[in-house]
Amino acid sequence: MRVRHILRPLAAAIAAAALTCAAASAIAAETPADPAADAKAFQKYFTDKFPKVKYEDFVNGPYSMNEDMRKQWQEIEQFPPYEFALDAGKEMFSKPFKNGKTYADCFPNGGIGIRQNYPYFDEKEGKVVTLELALNRCREANGEAPISYVKDDMASLTAYMAYTSRGKPMSIKIPNDPRALAAYEDGKRYFYTRRGQLNFSCASCHVQSPGEHIRAETLAPALGILNAMPIYRSEWSGMGTISRRFTSCNSQTRAVPLEPQSDEYRDLEYYLSYVSNGLPISGPGARP
Amino acid sequence: MASTIRVRATATGDTTEVQALIQHPMDSGYVKDAKGQLIPPHFIQQLTFEHNGKTVFLADWGPAVSKDPYVKFAFKGGAKGDDLKISWTDNKGASDSLTAKIQ
Repeated sequence: MRVRHILRPLAAAIAAAALTCAAASAIAAETPADPAADAKAFQKYFTDKFPKVKYEDFVNGPYSMNEDMRKQWQEIEQFPPYEFALDAGKEMFSKPFKNGKTYADCFPNGGIGIRQNYPYFDEKEGKVVTLELALNRCREANGEAPISYVKDDMASLTAYMAYTSRGKPMSIKIPNDPRALAAYEDGKRYFYTRRGQLNFSCASCHVQSPGEHIRAETLAPALGILNAMPIYRSEWSGMGTISRRFTSCNSQTRAVPLEPQSDEYRDLEYYLSYVSNGLPISGPGARP
Repeated sequence: MASTIRVRATATGDTTEVQALIQHPMDSGYVKDAKGQLIPPHFIQQLTFEHNGKTVFLADWGPAVSKDPYVKFAFKGGAKGDDLKISWTDNKGASDSLTAKIQ
């Protein structure tokens, strides 16, 4: 019995390893993964499609595509609706946990001006780590209960962290690790895979049709879409995180959303951030 | 807790333009929460702007005003450095006020 118990997971591990190897080599055989070339082609697609839009302006989502909306937004930005969240985030960020430590102790550079480096690939864990995930891990490491990924406190914290990083170019790195490349490829696959009753992929709206309308909404370009996160959406009358954006995008296409910060979403965030490398962080943003 | 009121008042010529944003849930009393329970009404009833002690803007609000309301108006008079006092009271008796300098 004992031997079998040990053997079974071992066999499973070997099988899994063989599978991943097979999958990895299959991808390699079909299309050699080249994220750098991907990102270049991705960015070129948008600059070719919208030759009039200034490159850095893509981070402003629908406002880069619609003059009327831009005017309204400029008015809104004089009194940004995310200001309350920003203040709350700043307060939370500096308030010590019960053990006396703060969020700043969990992050490089005290958590200031580092938004552009997230998500990153953690070679120890072998997975993508997003900012939202890192924040909750920081809480748990300090004996605090994790907070909801989708809004309120999490959005306030990421709003503050993004604000201190405004203007810094997104700089996501893919380390020389096959698992990192696989995570990137998985994220890319998720982005282009159609799902849900409406049979939409993320790309159907945000690559094929930015600037077009879906009901009353102007679709934002995928390029730079995460640079503005988290966002205050008038539709939500509140703040939302990247997790909230992903889950609500899924449910709007009538697909079943995944759990926030599931592996797929983490990989998706990794892919989507990587192809926006070089564009400035503009979060927190305000969207209709 | 920081103030629930944000205000910016700028004097140009003989008019002063005021913009304010107030943090308030403005629950109408007709909305249900995730458990199906009615969220009791909670909204600002009166909003006042006073310039040097004189009321320049008075609003009687009800449940139809949206969450975190934004107000923009202009009044005659007012100079740089004058005091502008903003205050609100809601239907639960809560209130907040803030005095800002006109810029």
